[in-house]
Amino acid sequence: MSAAGAAAPVEEEPRGLPGLYKRAITNVKSGNLGVLPIVLGMVFIVVFFSFKATNFFTGNNFDNIIVQMAGTAMLAFGVVFVLLLGEIDLSISYVAGIGALTVAELQLPGSGHQINGLLAMVAAVAVCAVIGAVQGSIVAFVGVPSFVVTLAGFLIWQGVILQQLEQPGSIIIQDRWINYTASYYFSDLAGWLIAAIITAIYAVTVLGGVLGKRRAGVAIGNPGLVVAKLVGGAGASFAVVAICNHAKVPHGLPLSGVLVVIFLVVLTFLAKRTTFGRHVYAVGGNAEAARRAGINVPRIRILVFVISSAMAAIGGIILAANVNSVDLNFAAAVIGGVSLFGGRGEVRAAFLGALVIATVSNGLNTAGYATGVIYMVTGAILLLAVTLDTIARRLQVRSGR
Amino acid sequence: MVDETPLLQLRGITKSFGSVQALTEVDFDVRHGEVMALVGDNGAGKSTLIKCVAGVQAADSGEVLFEGNEVHIHGPKDSARLGIEVVYQDLALCDNLDVVQNMYLGREVHDRLQRLKEPIMEQKTAETLKSLAVTTIRSVRQPVATLSGGQRQSVAVAKAVQWNSKLVILDEPTAALGVAQTEQVLALVRRLAEQGLAVVIISHNLHDIFETATRITVLRLGRNVGVYERAKTTQEEVVHAITAGVPTKVAGIPGTAAGATT
Repeated sequence: MSAAGAAAPVEEEPRGLPGLYKRAITNVKSGNLGVLPIVLGMVFIVVFFSFKATNFFTGNNFDNIIVQMAGTAMLAFGVVFVLLLGEIDLSISYVAGIGALTVAELQLPGSGHQINGLLAMVAAVAVCAVIGAVQGSIVAFVGVPSFVVTLAGFLIWQGVILQQLEQPGSIIIQDRWINYTASYYFSDLAGWLIAAIITAIYAVTVLGGVLGKRRAGVAIGNPGLVVAKLVGGAGASFAVVAICNHAKVPHGLPLSGVLVVIFLVVLTFLAKRTTFGRHVYAVGGNAEAARRAGINVPRIRILVFVISSAMAAIGGIILAANVNSVDLNFAAAVIGGVSLFGGRGEVRAAFLGALVIATVSNGLNTAGYATGVIYMVTGAILLLAVTLDTIARRLQVRSGR
Repeated sequence: MVDETPLLQLRGITKSFGSVQALTEVDFDVRHGEVMALVGDNGAGKSTLIKCVAGVQAADSGEVLFEGNEVHIHGPKDSARLGIEVVYQDLALCDNLDVVQNMYLGREVHDRLQRLKEPIMEQKTAETLKSLAVTTIRSVRQPVATLSGGQRQSVAVAKAVQWNSKLVILDEPTAALGVAQTEQVLALVRRLAEQGLAVVIISHNLHDIFETATRITVLRLGRNVGVYERAKTTQEEVVHAITAGVPTKVAGIPGTAAGATT
């Protein structure tokens, strides 16, 4: 991942500069550090915990971190779209809880309403999408600030979960399909194949983009950058599979990790390459300009809240599957990682945010710290990271970009 | 010039907001290939008149003729379909998007799967800017936030022109610009007219108007107080009309203003 991440800061820059190296230097000088600080921070965190806890820097734990990160990453992906609009969605952690609760209820054997696990997951996503549509409609049509609407949602859905789980305390998830989202690991061969497929798809997309630009006679990005992207992408995916296959106890590439990559790609595509994504950026940038350009602004607002809640449902299912149950403490841990770097308006930044938080809490856990300490450290990292990010951006503005 | 049907004709446009009479029986013509300046003091009704043409507000009464045919404009989409584009004072650009993305905002070129065709949009944008001789923008992939006021205005104008528009309305295009940038934009306005478009320019700045306009329409207190040929009038005369003009149409008495050439 770090190879692809390191190439990213120079990706969006104007073309025509002579070398990649020179361009990178220019970016660093003007304060446009991209994801470089996050990557450096990750390296620091990994090195720190490797010395602190003996069983941190292991293949087994690498697998664990992927699975622990997956649920949070899904929530973070969804909320990126809300943040792009300049809105906020505080309700996602408990909407995720509702998603998990729905799945748990629908798979409950002997409850009279038990359905197939796959159908149960679809139903949970649908239920949460409706929640998102309602919350989004109140924001878009009535004009109630999203902070208030989703804070109310936060309380309401928390209440629903408490109400439903008061009697049983927790619901055990036994359904195979649901538990697979967090506990299925691919065989060695399947893992390698997936790495190859991801690499191939990535190569086709990148080269296709270059060909399209050439056909239209538009300037093409630096060829060095294209090669670096391809090598980085291939290297990262094969490295991840190699480590996962090397791991002993959870052995092999986790399905949840593949799901994260799929959603990362699909949502990045949605944000950057489709009219919908373009309109989301436009409404976030200048809603009045978007309206005058004929964009249906309320529709965009509602859809964004639908995405946020639907992704929360998916994340909630994975988080619940990871512990094979839904209980009252479900949502508390989720909140931290979600908004970290999400405000950059990039799905991959949200991915890195979720990765940082998952790695830190895993590290603290392995090193034997209490839950209270984990929350405090998570909070401190959140503040520190976003502060540094804000300062870097201000420098960028000052140097005239 | 006389026998040619004006591109846009407004007849007796009246509009009130509650008890405030914003426009009273206003007539307004724009011909092909001319720059028509619309001037008047604050509250004279310039913006309201433009909003009626743009479809942002509906007039209470009066008729609109476009290319000689009566048309009914109920919304921004109707006016866009006729080929009328408005560049508002606040430009209506998204700072976080680049030049290409702004030029195609709301009209993105995409395939059936809603995938954006970026190369085509980038190429067309470059062509449009070139045809308008907008050369100061370094890269069409620059975010609009990084552009100067004049460059932004150029992008906003280019965006309006790109869609085969016939009439471009500019609301205070030079209000926030420096001297050099103002020159840039005025030159752009003249080029639009040379390409056969009709241009309406709203401005407070008489210097700008005398630089670019072919004719000048003066509004005062929601009434039309005169139309002047730029070549046959002076700044003093126009200023007098703005501050103390007499309506050309006073209920039932036609053509009462002196110096009007309609």
